[in-house]
Amino acid sequence: MSNVNIKINGMDLSVPDDITVLEAAKMNDIDIPTLCYLRGINQIGACRMCLVEQKGARALQASCVLPVSEGLEVWTNTKKVRDARRVNLELILSNHNRECTICTRNERCELQKLCQDLGIRDIPYEGEISGHKIDDASISVVRDETKCILCKRCVNVCRNVQGVGVLGPVGRGFTSRVEPVFDLSLNDVGCINCGQCIIHCPVGALKERDDVDKVWEALDDPKKYVVVQSAPAVRAALGEMFGFPIGTNVTGKLAASLRRIGFDKVFDTDFGADVTIMEEGTELIDRIQNNGVFPMITSCSPGWIKLMETYYPDLLPHLSSCKSPQAMEGALIKSHFAEMNHINPEDIVVVSVMPCVAKKFEVKRSELSEGGLPDVDIAITTRELARMIKEARIDFENVRDEDFDPYFGDYTGAAVIFGATGGVMEAALRTVADVLNDADLEAVDYEMVRGVDGIKTAEIAVTPDLTVKVAAASGGANLRKIMDSIREGGEFADYDFIEMMACPGGCVNGGGQPHVRAKDKLEKDIPAERAKALYDEDKAHKIRKSHQNPSITRIYDEYLGKPGGHKSHELLHTTYHARPKIKES
Amino acid sequence: MAARRITDFTAVKEIVAKHRDTPGCLMPILQETQGAYGYLPLELQEVIADELDIPLTEVYGVATFYSQFTLKPKGANQVHVCLGTACYVRGSKKILDKVIDVLGTDVGETSEDGRFSVDATRCVGACGLAPVMMVNDTVYGRLTPDQVPKILKQYIEKKEETA
Ligand code: SF4
Ligand code: SF4
Ligand code: SF4
Ligand code: FES
Repeated sequence: MSNVNIKINGMDLSVPDDITVLEAAKMNDIDIPTLCYLRGINQIGACRMCLVEQKGARALQASCVLPVSEGLEVWTNTKKVRDARRVNLELILSNHNRECTICTRNERCELQKLCQDLGIRDIPYEGEISGHKIDDASISVVRDETKCILCKRCVNVCRNVQGVGVLGPVGRGFTSRVEPVFDLSLNDVGCINCGQCIIHCPVGALKERDDVDKVWEALDDPKKYVVVQSAPAVRAALGEMFGFPIGTNVTGKLAASLRRIGFDKVFDTDFGADVTIMEEGTELIDRIQNNGVFPMITSCSPGWIKLMETYYPDLLPHLSSCKSPQAMEGALIKSHFAEMNHINPEDIVVVSVMPCVAKKFEVKRSELSEGGLPDVDIAITTRELARMIKEARIDFENVRDEDFDPYFGDYTGAAVIFGATGGVMEAALRTVADVLNDADLEAVDYEMVRGVDGIKTAEIAVTPDLTVKVAAASGGANLRKIMDSIREGGEFADYDFIEMMACPGGCVNGGGQPHVRAKDKLEKDIPAERAKALYDEDKAHKIRKSHQNPSITRIYDEYLGKPGGHKSHELLHTTYHARPKIKES
Repeated sequence: MAARRITDFTAVKEIVAKHRDTPGCLMPILQETQGAYGYLPLELQEVIADELDIPLTEVYGVATFYSQFTLKPKGANQVHVCLGTACYVRGSKKILDKVIDVLGTDVGETSEDGRFSVDATRCVGACGLAPVMMVNDTVYGRLTPDQVPKILKQYIEKKEETA
């Protein structure tokens, strides 16, 4: 790679030769507005917000798709540019259902921000609004076409990053839309509910199903005993909704806020994660000793499970039979906790706070229930919890740190890192190595499975005579590469243990996490920053191995018996089934 | 809605096999498939997507982008009303509205009994006769909306005799 000399706004600049004018401007602190652009994911020049005037070119150019070249000269702020940009923005707005005051994206909307920045005050072209469809049949994702600006970010995320491709451009001209095929709902077309489309949409056209009212209703019902659990990744991102920098760990404020909202018990899914390690570690050892199906693949991520059930039903036996930490925690609350406290499980409402919209789908799986009672009743996202905290008028910034409630809220460092890609693998290795060596090993940091790469592989000598081949992957398209390889008997077919997370970077970057503007994604690696908050918490924990959590020892002694035992199988393990790609009506 | 009717996929598979190695093969595949089956329903697009190993949304995007493709079976009688400029300024929109009204079938749709489909077309090259409506291969020109019911009546009744 070499450099080229270009001029932006009369300034002489030397920039790498393989970037766009937009990137060159950014590197030199010149801001060019963008709307459809998403680095590495959506660079299609659709919205024409990023126009620049180029010397020698008659038409204005979209800088997000204009490569730099020797001698190139552009201006980003001429009258011609400003006027064209404004007209383009006004045209988008003339076909947009502008109801900011009641929109979920109010104050976190890229279109709204741009209108403020560019000082749009009235719209000369008042026309008919073309898209009218609201698709709310999916349990996870609600689509509102009246707000879609046709930027196609969701199309390319779903297709290329997630390897699913159930959203696409449809029709042309005034009636063009972005939607699933044949007027079907997202619910019926093989969507895996990951919500990556939601966190990449610049506006309120895609959002989670809002379950906040159901939670308030349970809290307001005097007959209900309402227990909350919060997933590892929530604490690494919730702060962003209250102005904290990306990557701030807010564990203590999270627990305190949940208590102030009025939950009867404030537990932590991390306890469920420690239980998961006991069960999944035992399953792995059992498969090794009894010639089970390999590679064994983790089962915590409901988006991943739906991807398997829809696109790889022939390979379901590879999945661990373990329920997810959310479901394990819920099942134990409605059984052991209920018995200990003499509460009728029917009166218990388990609410979970998740970085994920697929968890809303998971809680509705009939497999995840006991005698008709679901393990978890309501799953809300990090974003929904933030809305509850605001509605309850809790001063999140200043609320003092508190701990989770004991026993079902006690957890180790191993559980915390479940929220990052590679974390489940690392947590499992810490326990499996100790068990197989019958020792308390000092090495706990498995650096080779850390980091935000889409596919990480390692060979690990667990004991002097047992080396396991492991991989940790995230992002649907990467998961599909691995599954295709297994199906064809390729490279990954002879791995032993693989961790799969549907969202790129793992749960820290889940579809239920706070939105981050495309501009900020240019500057920061969001999953890496949030993951760091979790690895730091892990490091600070005295106990960093699941099997050393005293409350884990206690629950096996007092209630479950042994990992993988009869009671465990009844409460903590599950089954899967094939699903059609397109549901016939 | 997503009910699948076609079950014999031999022809579509042959068409895909013939073109699959040429870049930009989706257009000819869709054209020939429509030629063979008359329309491009879900089940055919699924086969094309599977065979080419591309998302169904990509196939569907192209099939809905070009007006030459139709997703629904055409009626036994095809009514086309020209909305090209010459026809339009002479009131072909009113002709179209009348057709929709008489047949109870919207633009791009086929009547429930499968006997009529209604389409709006671009210029058919009969501008001298504007506004123009075509029923199957017959061109009706210089139309006024009140002539429409009489013309359509012939087709409605003709069919009833044979039925
Ligand atoms: S999407 Fe943005 S601009 Fe549109 S109504 Fe919502 S907040 Fe306002
Ligand atoms: S939830 Fe995931 S699979 Fe479904 S449309 Fe969005 S990105 Fe695609
Ligand atoms: S739904 Fe959102 S991301 Fe998708 S095209 Fe519309 S505005 Fe863009
Ligand atoms: S065209 Fe460049 S940001 Fe949309």
